[in-house]
Amino acid sequence: MKRKEYWNQKEMSYWEKLYYLEIARGLWVTFSVFIKNLYKWCTGKKGALTVYYPEERRSDYASNFRGKHKLTILENGRPKCIACKMCENICPSKSIKIVAGKSPDEKDSYSLKIPLSFDLDYASCIFCGHCVEICPKDAIIMTNDVSELPTYAREKLLYSLSDLLESKKDA
Amino acid sequence: MIADLVVTFVFILFAMVMLLGLATLLTWVERKLSAMMADRIGANRCYVKIPLINVKLIALGLFHAMADGLKMMSKERFIPKDADKFLFLLAPWIVFAPVLLMFALIPFGGIIYPEKIFGSFFAGKAYLMQIAPLDGGALIILAISGICIIGVVLAGWASNNKYSLLGSIRAASQMISYEVALGLSLLPMVLTYGSLDLHTMIVAQQGSMLGGVLPAWGIFLSPLTAIIYLTAATAENKRIPFDIPEAESEIIAGFFTEYSGMRMALFMFAEFAEIVIISCVFVVFFLGGYNLPYWDFAGSFPRLAIVLWPTIFFIKVFIVSCFQILVRWSLPRFRYDQLLTFGWKFLLPLAMVNITVVTLFLWLVQKHQ
Repeated sequence: MKRKEYWNQKEMSYWEKLYYLEIARGLWVTFSVFIKNLYKWCTGKKGALTVYYPEERRSDYASNFRGKHKLTILENGRPKCIACKMCENICPSKSIKIVAGKSPDEKDSYSLKIPLSFDLDYASCIFCGHCVEICPKDAIIMTNDVSELPTYAREKLLYSLSDLLESKKDA
Repeated sequence: MIADLVVTFVFILFAMVMLLGLATLLTWVERKLSAMMADRIGANRCYVKIPLINVKLIALGLFHAMADGLKMMSKERFIPKDADKFLFLLAPWIVFAPVLLMFALIPFGGIIYPEKIFGSFFAGKAYLMQIAPLDGGALIILAISGICIIGVVLAGWASNNKYSLLGSIRAASQMISYEVALGLSLLPMVLTYGSLDLHTMIVAQQGSMLGGVLPAWGIFLSPLTAIIYLTAATAENKRIPFDIPEAESEIIAGFFTEYSGMRMALFMFAEFAEIVIISCVFVVFFLGGYNLPYWDFAGSFPRLAIVLWPTIFFIKVFIVSCFQILVRWSLPRFRYDQLLTFGWKFLLPLAMVNITVVTLFLWLVQKHQ
């Protein structure tokens, strides 16, 4: 079957060459959309398809959307992270900074290293998920949540250990 | 003498407030109207925080005009190194001043007798609500609107920038081409009303025709003339679909590429003020000016008329301005050759034919009376 060719083929008809009738048709399209949206606005409904973003969030994020990091914890409340710095090294945008330290419990059966601080800079994070894949202990995971990206100060995008750690209730 | 001065001063004040206020409002209307036509929300970020009670007053984004002004004023006033400094600084004013001047000729109300309301200070005096009641008003409006093009060409030339120069060359050819059609489009109405005086035209449009069905407005007398005028005027104002002098996607910003801050704002503001002027001329020529159809309220409420006339005029002008913005957000841009072909081969012959038909019609009517 021969494919249809659309480009540079169509000749304008006599009426189309008069411009004004076609312009009137185009104006009617935009004007009817305007009136429709005005009516919706007057009756208190939302006419716009766009979302008033930071105040209003879309509910139809995909189920496999990964928008926020989370540090998982053990049952006793200790973070699963063993401060191996694998994620810090693989991070392509160098957004993760970990300071490792000794565990206060000297006979810790899980790991003797704990993260003293775990900083994740959302200003440079590209949400590639490499940190999640490389983690040997599944300590860092990504959730379906949306991180609070729109802020007035860059410092607010620097998330610390306490911001990223999941609470005991979630576990 | 002092009474004349006071009245003229009040008229000038009203004209300034109406023209500049409406132009500022139109920047908001343009954003909001285009947003509603495209299923968007539109300008809504700017707010004024009321002190103490911590309420953010957004007012549908009306404060964006104020924010625009503040932003423009705080921008750097840049002059290119090799620019012709004098002409570079002069050009925005040559574009802006004629637009303000044109409003002096627009009548926004009928004849008032201030003595009836304000007492003996104005004893025995009658004023037409028009800053400059000139006999050849229509001619002078066309003449003043022709000055704008000098500013546009100067701006492009003085900037010493190839995009500016291209823009001003395009503007020169476009505006001169469409000025012919603009002048010819108003001629049939001058023939119909038998006068060049704008107030006489409005008086001629009172009453009704076809046995009281339609008001005797110019748009019903000769719809084709109204369409030709609006087309040519939009081209004169360099707005989409005729915006090739400042086509953003082709030559950055055209003739005002090198302008920044408040000087750039003058060009933009002149554009919006010219929308208002075009609407004013359209209302005077084709929509019966400050009068309402079917109801002569000035006869029944002579005192109220002093407020009602300007109000009705303002509402009519606002509606026509909104229509121009609707056109701007609906149509794509003409190509350069399409633009000139449309101007010289379609619009100009159409205007000629229109004049011939109107003249023949008027001749027949006069012959059979």
